[in-house]
Amino acid sequence: MTITHAGFAATRRLILKGAGAVALAGLGNTAFSVLPALAAANDKYPEDAFRQKGDADAIKALYGRTPEPSDKVKLDAPEIAENGAVVPISVSSSLADVVSISILVSENPNALAASYKIPAGTTPSVSNRLKMAKTTNVIAIVEAGGKLYSTSKEVKVTVGGCGG
Amino acid sequence: MASTIRVRATSTGETTEVQALIQHPMDTGLVKDPKGELIPAHFIQQLTFEYDGKNVFAADWGPAVSKDPYVKFSFKGGKKGDDLKVAWIDNKGASDTTTAKIQ
Repeated sequence: MTITHAGFAATRRLILKGAGAVALAGLGNTAFSVLPALAAANDKYPEDAFRQKGDADAIKALYGRTPEPSDKVKLDAPEIAENGAVVPISVSSSLADVVSISILVSENPNALAASYKIPAGTTPSVSNRLKMAKTTNVIAIVEAGGKLYSTSKEVKVTVGGCGG
Repeated sequence: MASTIRVRATSTGETTEVQALIQHPMDTGLVKDPKGELIPAHFIQQLTFEYDGKNVFAADWGPAVSKDPYVKFSFKGGKKGDDLKVAWIDNKGASDTTTAKIQ
């Protein structure tokens, strides 16, 4: 799985070594053990937020506050998903100065599914595909101008996405 | 080994639309194999897109993202023929990177 390219090789290898060592030392241990290695590669991975069970806790862990409902956050999701393993979800917003978009699936074992950073110049719109354990609320959160906005929609799942 | 990342970046003049498809099992760690043993969690945690030395998009993913993840976004600027760099790293420390030409 590990592929390195010439220009990237030296730093990338260092990072990998670090991450590997930490992972071996503390498999399934603390929430923070992997962070230092990853931080070197990128912005910090919000491990803690991804470990929270409920949607409210995950939002709190990720953003530290609660969002207000807004019709300027648009969430495209199917009414009924026949296959919970692959549910297409799109989020976009007409708000200005969007810095991040996050998507939560309330009934999943861990509610937070994905969180996207939107740098200046990038359109506040993202599409992806998520797994859903059962019929659930999907919450889209948009962070814009220092505030949090959200919208949600129920998706009926006929076959869950957690296991065969 | 071929790259795990397939990316298509199309410039419309003002904006560049990017679609990426990555081969990855995205195991949640909650599913059992046929022998009844848990398949350990194995999923991409971070995915970044870089254009002209700047991050244009970054994703933090949990295991709820579907197997062989797909993502679509667009950003302002981006010229035909320019490079777009894509990189991911997963929870086991594996990673891959590729560079696509904007079309």
